Amino acid sequence: MNPLPTETVAKVNTKKRKNWAHIKKYKALYLMSIPGILYFFIFKYVPMAGSIIAFQDYNIFAGFIDSSWVGFKHFIAMFDNPDIFNIIRNTFIISFYDIIFNFPASIILALLLNELRVVLYKRIIQTVVYMPHFLSWVIISGLFMTILSPSNGIVNNLIESLGFNPIYFFGSEEYTRPILIGSGIWQSIGWGTIIYLAALSGINPELYEAAKVDGANRWQQTIKITLPSLLPTITILFLLQIGQFLDFGFERVYTFLNPLNGGTGHIIDTYIYEVGLQNAQYSLTTAMGLFKSLIGLFLLFIANFLSRKATGNSLY
Amino acid sequence: MGLKVSKSRKIFNVFNYSFVGILSLTMVLPIIHILAKSFSSSSAVAEGKVIFWPVEFDLINYQYVFQDASIWRAFGITVLITVVGTLINLIATASLAYPLSRPEYKGRRIILLGVIFTMIFSAPLIPTYLVIKQLGMIDSLWALLIPNAISAFNFIVMRSFFQQIPASLIDAARIDGCNELGILTRIVLPYSKPVMATMTIFYGVYHWNSYQNALYFLNDPRLYPLQVKLREMIQSDDLSIDVETTISTEFMNSTEGIQMATIIIAIVPILLLYPLLQKHFVKGVMLGSLKE
Repeated sequence: MNPLPTETVAKVNTKKRKNWAHIKKYKALYLMSIPGILYFFIFKYVPMAGSIIAFQDYNIFAGFIDSSWVGFKHFIAMFDNPDIFNIIRNTFIISFYDIIFNFPASIILALLLNELRVVLYKRIIQTVVYMPHFLSWVIISGLFMTILSPSNGIVNNLIESLGFNPIYFFGSEEYTRPILIGSGIWQSIGWGTIIYLAALSGINPELYEAAKVDGANRWQQTIKITLPSLLPTITILFLLQIGQFLDFGFERVYTFLNPLNGGTGHIIDTYIYEVGLQNAQYSLTTAMGLFKSLIGLFLLFIANFLSRKATGNSLY
Repeated sequence: MGLKVSKSRKIFNVFNYSFVGILSLTMVLPIIHILAKSFSSSSAVAEGKVIFWPVEFDLINYQYVFQDASIWRAFGITVLITVVGTLINLIATASLAYPLSRPEYKGRRIILLGVIFTMIFSAPLIPTYLVIKQLGMIDSLWALLIPNAISAFNFIVMRSFFQQIPASLIDAARIDGCNELGILTRIVLPYSKPVMATMTIFYGVYHWNSYQNALYFLNDPRLYPLQVKLREMIQSDDLSIDVETTISTEFMNSTEGIQMATIIIAIVPILLLYPLLQKHFVKGVMLGSLKE
């Protein structure tokens, strides 16, 4: 490297000294932030780096450094094993259904709530629909099992009283996905409306007045004014959702599974827990986790790009 | 024309008011159903007679739950991790969010990006488990407290709130000789009561409901929090499998009443606090939706 001209060295030195003086002056601020930075480093970034075990045959005694490198062996094994392939397919299908049904549900409910004119009624409904968000998945799954029980569940009592045979909801694979998606909507539909309702209340009422003068009915007003006004909010939330595409939530699925209905319900996260953690298949399941994260990141980039082109809204 | 519009409007209103009404009933009625079952006799529950009102009113389910030392223990552990955990969360989040909200903190942008990145690309389970294991936290309650000390989302909410505090207020305190810790505890935090209340709710509910971390990191049943205990109770007597098991239905369903009572006990604290919470959490979500 060429030696730097002396002036530049002097400049750099004074800059350094200035920086140092600045840090010294506000050292309390920097000190205060150290535990938080360490937290993110140790519990988020070290594990991310630890993902390299996906390319190793990780040996718990040898550790990250000394375990043997095996390249893409575990990624190849993932797609060669029909069971694992089935798990990956499940994850995609369930996530896809969740976006199709769950994401629009909150938007529709927000639009409906926005049309309620009786303030007290609106407030009561809102209070109630937010509530399931605060219940744990263990409780929600227990609740669904109770209601859908084949012997004395309230839903099957109703089905029987109408003259049909009771349905064994939790005992057959064909109902796993509808139950997962349905319970997801039940839990989050109300909570999801909060941001949309705020966006709706921010729409300039003059727009509606003008539309009325032009002879637009309520439906036309919704299509021409309300939805376009919500579009930026919808886009941002949709992008966030896409980023989490395969992060379906371990608890949300695991609490609903039993030996009878797991075939269509097991997802990557539940597989990582059962096979990775409980049976110590560390490298293989880390490869699956890495695959899942990369797909999520990839979809986010694509969706963000498309959204920026189409609507001008993007996350970054 | 005007009449026609108002007619379709009326039809829509009837539909709309009843639809949202029925939707919210689906959220309330299951809980009332469980409540009714928990206060009914085993035989009434077994015969499917209980709907929304207790049949053959009986406190036996609650008596059983209150006698079961393992349920009490799980309850106690949940209370402990909720209180201690939320406290740790608030301290850890505020002590990172405050410095990063000050323009005097150089390099805050890169740290902020580092935090946001963890929201998009989350730490994978197995390597996280190995780190926690290395730190000797497996089978200790620390594994439920420290590895989740800061939620990136809550951190961003808190930081954007701190940023709105007028700089003149902080400068004035500095001139008066207040140090940074003093500024945080005497000016910033009292000013930030709304956001701190919201964070308390978010973190508190998280700890109260937490299940998966205990499942991942604890093997010792004596450390299980309430949700894990509850899940075990539900699983050991999975209501969906009962048609295929040979155990007598009377036994199966007497445990159903006990499960319902335990579910109620796990819900009650949240439902009792709910009216208080509601005042704050909507604000919290709105704050969170603010972009940087």
